[in-house]
Amino acid sequence: MTKQKSRLIEIFEKYEQEILEDWMREQIASITYRKDLLTEAGLRKQSAELMGLIITASRSGNVTDISAPEWKPVLDFLAATSKTRAAQGFTTQETATFIFSLKQPVFARMKLELGTNAVALAEEIWIATVLLDKLGLFTAETYQKSREDIIRRQQMELLELSTPVIKIWEGILVLPLIGTLDDARTQVVMENLLQNVVDTNSSIAIIDITGVPAVDTLVAQNLIKTVSAARLMGAHCIISGIRPQIAQTMVHLGVEFGDVVTKASLADALKYAFQQAGITVT
Amino acid sequence: MDKIPILKLGNILLVTIQIDMHDQLAIALQDDLTARIVSAHAKGVLIDISSLEMVDSFIGRMLGNIAAMSQALGAQTVVVGMRPAVAITIVELGLPMENIQTALNVERGVEKLQRAMEKYEKGTPR
Repeated sequence: MTKQKSRLIEIFEKYEQEILEDWMREQIASITYRKDLLTEAGLRKQSAELMGLIITASRSGNVTDISAPEWKPVLDFLAATSKTRAAQGFTTQETATFIFSLKQPVFARMKLELGTNAVALAEEIWIATVLLDKLGLFTAETYQKSREDIIRRQQMELLELSTPVIKIWEGILVLPLIGTLDDARTQVVMENLLQNVVDTNSSIAIIDITGVPAVDTLVAQNLIKTVSAARLMGAHCIISGIRPQIAQTMVHLGVEFGDVVTKASLADALKYAFQQAGITVT
Repeated sequence: MDKIPILKLGNILLVTIQIDMHDQLAIALQDDLTARIVSAHAKGVLIDISSLEMVDSFIGRMLGNIAAMSQALGAQTVVVGMRPAVAITIVELGLPMENIQTALNVERGVEKLQRAMEKYEKGTPR
């Protein structure tokens, strides 16, 4: 099929302006057009640029294999566009329609050119469909990829955000825990805390569990692990922020923190830490 | 064969482990240190493991044993400078280290040791 001379490029060149106008109309009329995110002028600029790139690329005579080097500018442009659209909050459908709505205007021009020759018309429409489908799928795929990147980045940020270690006083660290402590998070929390103990030379660490929704045996075990590891390095741990509800469930479940000092509030824990470190505040 | 040096500072013995421990070395240290505590009449032992980057279950257990043995010989023992990775490994391996005293660095370790030794002399061990 690659050998065959397609009239697609002829049609593109001949009717460039008209196709562009139709395409614009098509996109704006479509229910997937997001006026709030993209202005008409912006859309026109994007469409015109893509149109130009497609024409340049198809001039090479190759209109079937988009992985060929002459199509690279088109793919790069599409990748950039779908990336920005993903960031702006377009949906997959809205992004894919950008390409797929080009079909109607192109087909209309083909009908005009080859109206009487049904065989040739079918042939040309098939070539154009394959090309535009490929471009559309590529756009959807890049869109998907950029969305996944966003999700992955947010996940990382969430993990970082949820385990801050704060130096509250010379030699005293506070680790406010928010959310459930599963094994993966315990690992992050532990590493974070221990590294900070070394970096800040702190001898006391307060682990505040006000933001932990429930303390079951698993969470308690993970907490004890963290406390033991810190203790091995020579840092004393205090667990604070145990709510009445949590204290009750802990006793009902038979959860024990062993000889770890526990306090009801962060203030109590801080007071105790000051005593231990021999700090007096006046 | 490598040997881990044991330095005497007053009535404290200072052991710094600066190379990666292997089993034979740990056993040799156990023999040397216990003999040295008795011969030097040491009242405190400071084990610095800040250069130790890796432990396996055997070395971890040996560290615990060495500390417990010194304790049994009447010398207060403090392990100092444990690295985060080592601490996590020991906890994950579930090695019993409850009876070992620890400190962040040698300086704090000496302070802690001195306090523990004073207490011990007065007849109230720890």
